[in-house]
Amino acid sequence: MASVDYSGPLTPTGNLRRRRVVDRLARGSATAAAVLAVAILLIFIYSIVQHGASVISLSFLTKNPLETFSVSGNAPVGGIGNAIVGSLLIVAIGTAIALPIGVLIALFLTEFASPRWAGPVRLALDLLYGLPSIVIALFLYGLLVVGHGQAGVYASLALAIIMVPLIARTTGESLGLVPKELRDASLALGISRWRTTVGLTIPSAFGGIVTGTVLAVARAAGETAPVLLLSSLANPTQTSGSVFSQPLNNLPYDIYNFSVEGGATNFAKAWGAALVLVTFVLVANFTARALHARSRRMMSR
Amino acid sequence: MNSIAGTARLPSSRRFTDRVGDRVLFGLTALASLIAVVVIALVIYQIVHGAVPAMSKYGVGFLFHDTWNGSTIFGGGATIFGTLVTSAGALLIAAPLGIAIGLYLSQLTSPRTAAVIGPLVELLAAVPSVIIGLWGIVVLAPIMRSTIEPALHNVLGFIPLFGSPSLSGSGIFTAIVILAIMALPIIAAITRDLFLTVPSELKDGALALGATRWEMVRGVVLGSMRPGIASACILGAARALGEAIAVLQVIGFVFQAHANLFDNGSTLAATLANDATSNNTTLETASVFYLGVILLGIELLVNLAAQAIVRHYRLPSATGGPTQKIVDVSAAATALDVEM
Repeated sequence: MASVDYSGPLTPTGNLRRRRVVDRLARGSATAAAVLAVAILLIFIYSIVQHGASVISLSFLTKNPLETFSVSGNAPVGGIGNAIVGSLLIVAIGTAIALPIGVLIALFLTEFASPRWAGPVRLALDLLYGLPSIVIALFLYGLLVVGHGQAGVYASLALAIIMVPLIARTTGESLGLVPKELRDASLALGISRWRTTVGLTIPSAFGGIVTGTVLAVARAAGETAPVLLLSSLANPTQTSGSVFSQPLNNLPYDIYNFSVEGGATNFAKAWGAALVLVTFVLVANFTARALHARSRRMMSR
Repeated sequence: MNSIAGTARLPSSRRFTDRVGDRVLFGLTALASLIAVVVIALVIYQIVHGAVPAMSKYGVGFLFHDTWNGSTIFGGGATIFGTLVTSAGALLIAAPLGIAIGLYLSQLTSPRTAAVIGPLVELLAAVPSVIIGLWGIVVLAPIMRSTIEPALHNVLGFIPLFGSPSLSGSGIFTAIVILAIMALPIIAAITRDLFLTVPSELKDGALALGATRWEMVRGVVLGSMRPGIASACILGAARALGEAIAVLQVIGFVFQAHANLFDNGSTLAATLANDATSNNTTLETASVFYLGVILLGIELLVNLAAQAIVRHYRLPSATGGPTQKIVDVSAAATALDVEM
């Protein structure tokens, strides 16, 4: 910096030109990376719709895998009726277990726990969140299936373990957004803590709770590892057995099974089931996003 | 002034229900929290317990022994090797792309564009892995077999990694690409949230000093966020390490360790999914659980490491939770020393 020629004109030197080129290259490649990610998503959706749309029919959605309903053209034999029913049952029971536990844990962390007790609970939640679903499946497989056989409700338990940290986290976040003054005002009026919590805090955070639950349901519906280990040996002609004593067929397992068995007919059925599943997952995600935006607006008002 | 007459006491029935209600609500929340702690402890206990027969028979040698013949001899070497290779490969692809997307969304584009692109990238993480695996089998594998693998083999074939292309298109390399697609949105979303917390004073300062936008990003944003980027990459790797189904679909499952990326292989998670239910002997089941212990150990370590980094540098929590503005301005300021 010692000898700067101040009399020179203020035009870019060769160095600045090089810096500008580097700048443009770097920004260009970052933009390209973002375009690539969006392109991958669009390619996924395009592939699923392209292969799956022609398979979808009323009988595909309602018949069971081994029931013959059509022999004309390339139409596959058998449908995914019992898989849709099984998935609905398994996910519904899982949600019924996970929702109260997740919300209660979030309440414990935000309303009741001293830092000393919140620490271990937070750690447990974080570790549960980080557990791969196959490990949770293996845990329940060793605990329940070995010696007893599979059941749909075991898969629900696995999904509940996956969903609890998701629900607890989003609920905790929206409980944290409820102004402290609101609670203090209620307590100062002599209203007890539980009435304040049930009547004021939870309703204020309701949007966040619903958002978290919808996202958790979307995530759980596509989980394949738990159903593969815990609810995969279903009777393919049966529409629905008892969820508590028998394995139920379900969408992720159908997709997995058809895809590894291979062959044009199986792939067609896998794509059809994938289209149903991905439609549900995407609709759930958009719903959650819309709910989230709406509750944010209500909160900030 | 009159003194206030009477006492502001609630009827005794109300006081009773309030006291009971407080206790019950506290009890329920504490119970739910206890369940979470117990479940994680049970998971660890159950999986270690299931592995005991294999642990006592093979000991630590299991980790390095790479024969798994399905009836008498079991070793985890090949699957551990496969796990490390696929996850490292996936991270190698996903980390630069993910960080670039994080930068694009937080620094380089308008908030309006980011509000459209960001959710789309996050949506990529919501696609169920079994569907990505199906896509891998039907769409990606044929392209791999016919185009990408031969091209790489012709150009880089002198490196043993890029050996002769696979016949089916499935293999370790296809698994790497699938895992990279899964890790990508995670790294992108976490780094974006991280980069958004860089104080605008620092960024404006760099720009005012005449730095180009990229120099500002490299010096201020990347410079001050290095630990956070590391923890984002670790969490992306954790996703790749634990993915069972999609890998099982595209890796062409066999127990072998070799240099050729285009050949078939196995990973810990895929083996758990493939072999847990085919329990021919108690020793095989125990060996599968031993693999589970290894995977569980790796995952817990990796997650704790990511959290430790976040806590230590007081970053905005990468896994959610209350966000905290970074306070370590001096680190960012020294990073400001961009070369002009």
